[in-house]
Amino acid sequence: MEEKELLPHLFRTEYRKLVAVLCYLFGIEHVEIAEDIASDTFLAAAETWAIKGVPENPAAWLYTVAKNRTKNHLKRNALFEQKVAAEIRYSSDKEAEIEIDMSPRNITDSQLAMIFAVCNPLIPADSQVALALNLLCGFGVQEIADAFLLNKEVVYKRIQRAKEKLKEGEISIAPPNATEIADRLETVLTTIYLLYSEGYYSISQNTTLRKELCAEAMRLNFLLMESELTDRPEVSALLSLMCFHSSRFEARTNGNGEMVLYEDQDESLWNRELIERGTYYLSRASTGDKLSRYHLEAGIAYWHTHKEDSPEKWESILDLYNHLLAIEYSPVAALNRIYALAKVHGKETGIAEAERLNLTNNHFYYSLLGNLYAGIDEARAVAHYETAIKLAHSESDKAILFRNIARLQDNVG
Amino acid sequence: MDEFLLVFRRDFKDKENQPSPEQLQEHFEKWHAWYDRMTADGRIVLRRRWDGEGLVVNAQKTVLNGPYAEIKETIGGAVIIRATDYEEAAELAKTVPILEFGGNVEIRKAL
Repeated sequence: MEEKELLPHLFRTEYRKLVAVLCYLFGIEHVEIAEDIASDTFLAAAETWAIKGVPENPAAWLYTVAKNRTKNHLKRNALFEQKVAAEIRYSSDKEAEIEIDMSPRNITDSQLAMIFAVCNPLIPADSQVALALNLLCGFGVQEIADAFLLNKEVVYKRIQRAKEKLKEGEISIAPPNATEIADRLETVLTTIYLLYSEGYYSISQNTTLRKELCAEAMRLNFLLMESELTDRPEVSALLSLMCFHSSRFEARTNGNGEMVLYEDQDESLWNRELIERGTYYLSRASTGDKLSRYHLEAGIAYWHTHKEDSPEKWESILDLYNHLLAIEYSPVAALNRIYALAKVHGKETGIAEAERLNLTNNHFYYSLLGNLYAGIDEARAVAHYETAIKLAHSESDKAILFRNIARLQDNVG
Repeated sequence: MDEFLLVFRRDFKDKENQPSPEQLQEHFEKWHAWYDRMTADGRIVLRRRWDGEGLVVNAQKTVLNGPYAEIKETIGGAVIIRATDYEEAAELAKTVPILEFGGNVEIRKAL
């Protein structure tokens, strides 16, 4: 690797490990100290490596410096020692040196414990995503602000609030036991999927950053699969779903950064490798007796990797949506189901069911009606699209709706 | 020309200023550039890499690791440079990259 990329790369891969191991050691009350030690270690690297070059094993150098900084901190800070050192997990013997364990095994355990702590339902969703990016992925406040088009102070406050919640709730950073996994894995997966969706659907024009968010969500998911405690079928199913979505990343925006609708996408831009990986993880998920929403959503996403319409495709998708709605109802899923229903049973059937939903404050509802009326009653189709435009929030959504109207008018004219 | 000892310390105060990967890379390049410039100008008397921890012996003759009480202040490098007076040494110290993340530079003139 070139010297120019080395430090940022190491920061991406090692910062979060240092923070995880140190938080695991200190507990969440001292998360700031863990972050300070990790940051200080990297600044020391920038300074020292500039004088005499990069050491042979840079990660090991970072671990050693972080360990020494931590030991010094523990020795010097009497208060800290009284309060925490006694409880520190690996100080078996009072006389013994405090050991900071940077073994791969402890790094994995620490990261898993951190994931479960950060994905605690105590924290409001927006703060949770910010904290996950900050603590689990090593994203700085500025980067998170850029990704979500928020100002730095807002992001900083969200992270602070999330940390406060964890401290108030006395959430321990510990390896989850079987009961906790059963209770909380779903929340963890929800956060990971939220993180992924923030990247995938973000309105930020910074595609590199958005892809990184998606990649981070997939990495965290992969970490869950690496531990036998959390390697459950629904975890594989979520990774499969994310692979299928990601396969269309290049095709879903054009050169001007505008959204390209699924029907208009250039199939040759779809990433075949990700589709294959998604298919593999989906087959890996097909064990056990639990059918999670991620299984169903991955199944739907799988069918979307076949561009060509076929009765089998839409019947399968409809069937999967029927199951999904039975497990977990959401207006968006209900609207998507009707789209599939119309593909199978015709637009009239779709219209009848759609109008029964009567989701009059949802722009997707009107945009679906616009689509269904197209070819049946163009004037009504246009009227529905216009209502959708009034309700839509994002410029890219509006742009798509305007394009749909223009298309209809072209057909008529 | 006199000789001056510059000691670099890091001290974060602002949590919002945690470095990002890109800032870290920039920081690294600035250090490179700083040493190169000082060397080219013939300023450097002694350029060494110092152990980051060190020891402190206190009044009770207890030997402690590391020079400072707080993790927030850690010692970085130290360098001996040539400058005409404190004023010039201070001007040079203002260009040290350690200042970017809340660090400081201590200056001592060799007598």
